[in-house]
Amino acid sequence: MEISNIWYFLSALTLLSALMVIMSKNPIHSVLYLVFTFFCISAHYVLLNAQFLMAVNIIVYAGAIMVLFLFVIMMFDLKKNIPESKSSLTKLAGSVVAGTLLVILIAIVRKNNIPAPLGDKFNSQTGMVENLGQVLYGEFLLPFELVSILFFVAMVGAVLLGKREAGERNF
Amino acid sequence: MQSIPEIIRTIPLTNYIMLSSALFCIGILGVLTRRNAIIVFMAIELMLNAVNLLLAAFSSYYSDPSGQIFVFFIMAVAAAEVAVGLAIIVMIYRNIQSIDIGVLNKLKN
Repeated sequence: MEISNIWYFLSALTLLSALMVIMSKNPIHSVLYLVFTFFCISAHYVLLNAQFLMAVNIIVYAGAIMVLFLFVIMMFDLKKNIPESKSSLTKLAGSVVAGTLLVILIAIVRKNNIPAPLGDKFNSQTGMVENLGQVLYGEFLLPFELVSILFFVAMVGAVLLGKREAGERNF
Repeated sequence: MQSIPEIIRTIPLTNYIMLSSALFCIGILGVLTRRNAIIVFMAIELMLNAVNLLLAAFSSYYSDPSGQIFVFFIMAVAAAEVAVGLAIIVMIYRNIQSIDIGVLNKLKN
């Protein structure tokens, strides 16, 4: 099997599961399809020789964020409060907007030719942990430290928002 | 010099741009057509991932590690965003017993 066939198969799988995320009626199915989409994107990272991103994508997205989504969905009683779907006119308008944007983006890409990848100066170790660590702790040290402050603020904010106030019911 | 991986030799960068555009548009479609707040949130995650994939592709094709560092930061910001966003959705559900974004028009009156 040629590697380009693998690429096309993987891309079709990614787009299909992404479509199923927004099509499926049950939110839990949506979450599971989204996890599958993230695994497909991780596979794309492997094909691109970006092993570090693959690991981070699986740990952060498929591991942490999706578990958070599943917890929140399971806390709600969604059998009782399913939002009714939007009117078909709104759906049609949304599809037209998204389709127009896709056509415009593709037209832009086809109009411009992208410079060819560098031949001799290509470095296949770009996405490895060692190389990325050198850049992350050298050039990007300040943003890296600022991310920790962002996480702290987000944690405090989430706890404050989620805390039950006196006299408020739980659910 | 190390050899160029086969995927970079055989698949043009344009294909990655097409794939990311399609993923991004699927995300926009989800935001515009669904009323369940959690699914709208998941569609936003899809759009973030489309951009991540494109950044990683450009970074690999041109051997520039900065792109992959940006993807790393985007993932960190997305994790913080999801924590706060889901806390807000939980609070909304607790107050109005629904996560239908069409109901959230109380400010109008």
